[in-house]
Amino acid sequence: MSDEGDNLSLTQIKATDQMKQLMVEYYIEAKTTTEKPICWITSGGPVEFLIAMDVIPVYPENHGAMCGAAKIAPGLAETAEEMGFSRDLCSYARADIGGAVKQDGAIPGGLPKPDFLLCCNNICGTVTKWYEELSRYFDVPMFLMDTPFIHTTKTKHATEYVRQQCLELVGFLEKQTGREFSLEKFAEVALRSVAAVELWKGVLKTAESRPSPFTCFDAFIHMAPIVTLRGTQQVVDYYELLKGEMEQRIADGIGAVPEEKYRLVWDNIPIWYAMRSLGNLFASNQACLVADTYTTAWAVDIKIDDPLTSMADAYTKVYLNIAIDIMLDQLLGLMEKYQADGLVMHSNRSCKPYSLGQYDLARAVTERTGKPALIIEADMTDSRVYSEAQVRERVEAFIESL
Amino acid sequence: MPVAGVDIGSLTAKAVVMDGNEMIARSLIPTGHNSREAGRRALELALEEAGLKESEVDAVVATGYGRLAVDFEAERVTEITCHARGAHFMHPDTRTVIDLGGQDSKAIAIDERGKVLDFVMNDKCSAGTGRFLEVMAHALEIELDDMGELSLGSKSPASISSVCTVFAESEVVSRVAEGASKVDIVAGIHQAIASRVYAMAARIPIETKILMTGGVARNIGVVRALEAKFSREICVPEMPQHTGALGASVIAREKAAAAV
Ligand code: SF4
Repeated sequence: MSDEGDNLSLTQIKATDQMKQLMVEYYIEAKTTTEKPICWITSGGPVEFLIAMDVIPVYPENHGAMCGAAKIAPGLAETAEEMGFSRDLCSYARADIGGAVKQDGAIPGGLPKPDFLLCCNNICGTVTKWYEELSRYFDVPMFLMDTPFIHTTKTKHATEYVRQQCLELVGFLEKQTGREFSLEKFAEVALRSVAAVELWKGVLKTAESRPSPFTCFDAFIHMAPIVTLRGTQQVVDYYELLKGEMEQRIADGIGAVPEEKYRLVWDNIPIWYAMRSLGNLFASNQACLVADTYTTAWAVDIKIDDPLTSMADAYTKVYLNIAIDIMLDQLLGLMEKYQADGLVMHSNRSCKPYSLGQYDLARAVTERTGKPALIIEADMTDSRVYSEAQVRERVEAFIESL
Repeated sequence: MPVAGVDIGSLTAKAVVMDGNEMIARSLIPTGHNSREAGRRALELALEEAGLKESEVDAVVATGYGRLAVDFEAERVTEITCHARGAHFMHPDTRTVIDLGGQDSKAIAIDERGKVLDFVMNDKCSAGTGRFLEVMAHALEIELDDMGELSLGSKSPASISSVCTVFAESEVVSRVAEGASKVDIVAGIHQAIASRVYAMAARIPIETKILMTGGVARNIGVVRALEAKFSREICVPEMPQHTGALGASVIAREKAAAAV
């Protein structure tokens, strides 16, 4: 990631260097490999299958976030806009398409070309059309995993439907790689994925203590490995290290925000290009963002006795694939667990499934908890729609009213 | 002991000097391109009127978008909080403040002590702000300050459905071409603003006592249109544009008292 996101805590997280190293090595391997096939995958996709088949997963969304933090996303998006893509399209999609065409991005020469694509629509409908576009552009096959939206409760039928698709995915991958799928190897990968997810949950949980050892701005940076490489041993090792450091901070009474006075919950994708200024803004107002709905999205449950079914379950239940009432319950859960004094919601012009319903959620949270909610308007990577002065005004007024 | 509040907005800079419970002087100048300069100038003018030197003032609070730029010694507080306090100071029973300024509009819910409970802002778009009225006055070739009185004579306001300044301008031009009277068109513009503001303000709890501040509050046509839309009486203070600066000086007074 770029300098923008570094050391957001005023007290620097030591593990950051290891994380960077991990991510750099991952991207170098992806760029230089001659044996391993490359698969572009959506952020909510079942990456464990790829890891188990020795396929390198590449995440345009992660790269989009890097482009956002490096402040180069608007330029890439413009290329896509010139091609005729609407400015209302998700800015990850625009930056990715622009980057693919220009062969440019946060990594020199842009992302390595895909051999095939894995698209899971548990996060939005945009990804389906976006990946179809990529499939046409690169002339490579695409696998679509369709996860039914959960309106009230998840039905048996839905789980079975997704499980069947997992089996189809196995067939697809065997055909693309010319290799055989090994259930044994898959179980090992799933086991490591579970271990990494448990550790990640443990990291997030340390923010329950007062003062919190890290802020959600730190979590946004340190989530990269759990998103991209869960299922590998390096990721397990990394989160062990990070969790240890956070626990040590608690033992030493070190808080991420000096003189933490207010504890807030964040909703929606980070505003990547403004992470540093926002981090400083909240910290200078003695406010610590102790939890968020975004990084917890990767803290899903996978049961090792039946990895396929529980994975089908887990990938269907992600935050953006559930009804607003269930979202509200999760939000209320976070507010309570982390003893938050308020809620900060980023109304994200790019991400409609995440932003639709925020006004209702804000109202409901205030009604149920008596805690105020703030909505700020921005876009996760397209800084052309962001006004720092206006956001500062809202954030400071909000904290003054706490 | 005297204190001062300075509000540097996008279009105008205002300053208020208070002594005890009384406002003893105030100023208002265009902000121009240099908000630091404008803030200083506004403060100097108000001090001059009060017959005071800067060193004689106990505390200064700066607010508005230009508050971070000021070079005199001042505590900085957001204009949301300052508007709430200013409104409460003038009319303690106010529970809702609607501020229509030069380039943004906001609605603030406050409690019985003038504390902010909730707020909404529209700062991405000029529709419904002073800037919108300026553009419309220009399109109709009338004076901005005449719009309010003029619109009161309308029997059937023209329909201006667009919420966007650019589209509304072309709508106004086509209404003129269709032969609608300026009086009806201006009334229609005021109704369009009222609908827009209402849609925004409806996100916070609206209580009976609504106080309207900001430059647009001087337009009686907009005030009437808002009253119709909210079905409630709207109160306009004597100096609506100075509410933020007044609130800033009220906070300055508290700071000065706390420091003793
Ligand atoms: S619309 Fe939202 S969920 Fe979909 S790709 Fe964009 S950011 Fe992700």
